[in-house]
Amino acid sequence: MAAAAAARGLPAGLFAVYKPPGVAWDRVRGALETRLLRELNAAAPRPPRLHVRFLPGAADDGGGAAPGLVAARVPVLAEHRLVTGPRFRRLKMGAGHRLDAKASGVLVLGLGHGNKLLARLHACHLTKVYTVGGLFGKATEDFSDTGKLVEKTTFDHITREKLERILAVIQGTNHKALLMHSNIDMKTQEAYELAVKGLIRPMVKSPPIITVIRCLQFTLPEFQLEIHCLHETQQYLRKIVHEIGLELKSSAVCTQVRRIRDGVFTLDDALLRTHWNLQSIQNAIRDCQLKVKTEIEKTLGPRDRSVLHKADTEVAQAADS
Amino acid sequence: MKMALWARQVSRWCCWLKRAHGAEFPQRLRSRSNTTRTYHAFCPLALPPSRNDFLLWKLQTYRPLSVGSCSQPASSKDGSLASPDSNLSSQVNQKQEKAETLSDLNAKILYEDWDDIPPSSALEEISEEEAMRIIAEPLLPLKSSTLRDYVDHSETLAKLVHLGVDLSQVEKHQKAGQLLLTLDFEKDIRKILLFLKDVGVEDNQLGSFLTKNPYILGEDLEALETRVAYLKSKKFGKAEIAQMVSRAPYLLLFSVERLDNRLGFFKNELGLSVRKTKDLVIRLPRLLTGKLEPVKENIQVCQIELGFQRNEIQHIVFKTPKILTASKKRLRQTFDYLHNVMGIPHDILTQFPQVFNSKLLRIKERHLFLMFLGRAQYDPAQPSYISLDQLVSLPDEVFCTEIAKASIQDFEKFLKTL
Repeated sequence: MAAAAAARGLPAGLFAVYKPPGVAWDRVRGALETRLLRELNAAAPRPPRLHVRFLPGAADDGGGAAPGLVAARVPVLAEHRLVTGPRFRRLKMGAGHRLDAKASGVLVLGLGHGNKLLARLHACHLTKVYTVGGLFGKATEDFSDTGKLVEKTTFDHITREKLERILAVIQGTNHKALLMHSNIDMKTQEAYELAVKGLIRPMVKSPPIITVIRCLQFTLPEFQLEIHCLHETQQYLRKIVHEIGLELKSSAVCTQVRRIRDGVFTLDDALLRTHWNLQSIQNAIRDCQLKVKTEIEKTLGPRDRSVLHKADTEVAQAADS
Repeated sequence: MKMALWARQVSRWCCWLKRAHGAEFPQRLRSRSNTTRTYHAFCPLALPPSRNDFLLWKLQTYRPLSVGSCSQPASSKDGSLASPDSNLSSQVNQKQEKAETLSDLNAKILYEDWDDIPPSSALEEISEEEAMRIIAEPLLPLKSSTLRDYVDHSETLAKLVHLGVDLSQVEKHQKAGQLLLTLDFEKDIRKILLFLKDVGVEDNQLGSFLTKNPYILGEDLEALETRVAYLKSKKFGKAEIAQMVSRAPYLLLFSVERLDNRLGFFKNELGLSVRKTKDLVIRLPRLLTGKLEPVKENIQVCQIELGFQRNEIQHIVFKTPKILTASKKRLRQTFDYLHNVMGIPHDILTQFPQVFNSKLLRIKERHLFLMFLGRAQYDPAQPSYISLDQLVSLPDEVFCTEIAKASIQDFEKFLKTL
């Protein structure tokens, strides 16, 4: 599969782009697709296939089977680029964890067989890291700063200590939820080993869970949080900001949601809009390949071949008996 | 054995029927040339219904054979007909159900001698000469959604491809594929090409011109000449007409009245002088061929929503005609950001209308970067002024070094914090 795609000159694998705020993720995907298609189609076409045609020509007196006809090899016009149209019209390109239009940050995309890796990565349930900006003193309907204003409040009484106390409470309750959803008996050696490696996390669908939340910046009325979380949506993070505002007996809106890490893909791996071309994407795919592979093997175990092999032997045994 | 007997019988029936319908057959072919635009001309509609019924009733398996014999008139482009003689013998002698013959017999002679051709036996020997004319090939599809199937068999299409016409684009136009199939290169297309060259379309542009507007090939030459004469009468120079026609390929399909109406529309709607209107359409000729409704709406948006004065609009449109065909939503968004976020007044926007052509995302990114550096100063009266033109038109590297006085790496790092 991968070999076939490579033979056709198509890139395949996983890479990350930086999604600017205010653009929907599928527009980002579409823009990337058109740019890649343009480059792929601009590549030199294959030499055309030839077919033999008997063209009426000067009569050949040599005694051929058909006097007056000359066999000639002419290119098949039906395969001309101008007749068939562009060679590639569509790319198999899927997006990993989505980002809504207002959010920005690392967006993972899969090309070709990368889509399968994307599914496997999804099954790993890795954490994502966001930086979330907030602004005290306002509340809006959709928790973002552009939404319809609902109320205005005072915020002079808020201090960094008060904020951090609330953050600690949030982290504590989420930690309990994490242990509950990860389905591990806490009194076992296995749980201890997982906890040491930092691998305790729910491996099935769960409500949004925040593993780490801390304050990066606090200059009234603005503040910035760093949130590590699982199974979240960007709207959920905005709601957290809103609730923090309420807990501090004020109100807050979210000014920015920016993803700085998605699983193994960090901000440095993400390609900016100016680098969305074939060469950069191929380089990015190559650079991330190893990281993705080790992470998948660490969490899901080595590739399913062993499982298949086991199943095969079982079938063989069943046939023997 | 039984099958062979049947085959022979069928071929005899075909022969008999062909003679019986011979009188009406050529007439149908002649009428075909009058209705060249219809797709059916390519299908063998000349098949008499009685015969069709007969075949259905008689033998289903031999249908392709009879259809093959009927499709010849349609597939031989220049109206020459295959002689029924070689046709029938080929079917049986070559033992090929799908056979196609090409003949250079003059059609006229054929029509006259139609009744004189003696009934030929299916088993008759044919001479070397006749055998040479028979080219056994798979049958062309009677219906197809693409021109691919015909390009190897049609001289016209092959020549168009060599000219650089993108047939994959042409076939997306409604009925354009059918039109091309009914045309003959020497007879119909050559004169149009020569005409376009006279008008001033460059040789290497002909392919893309015909890709965009294949319909011009079916247009009457005299009508085209009147339209060019009209443009000349409006004091457009030869080079200007050439530029307009090659930039807006559909221009010559518009009737003189329609062109006149449209020129009048731009003159009245914008209140421009004749000279300026001419200049406008020379620079953006697709204004003349596009829809007028969006243009009207854009003018309204500029006037009512964005609050430009009438003379300001004239200035903006004259400087960047593209604004008339831009999307309303984009216009609104860009203006909203420039005016309400960046605080740029109307008169400076009028000076630099090209900002409306650039992407909003680009304006946003650069403005925020300059804000971050503390250099966002768009007032010409104050020091370290940055003009809107510099803001949007420079490439990233130049913008960073010249305007923002920062490195491109810093700019990229900044973009990742947005």
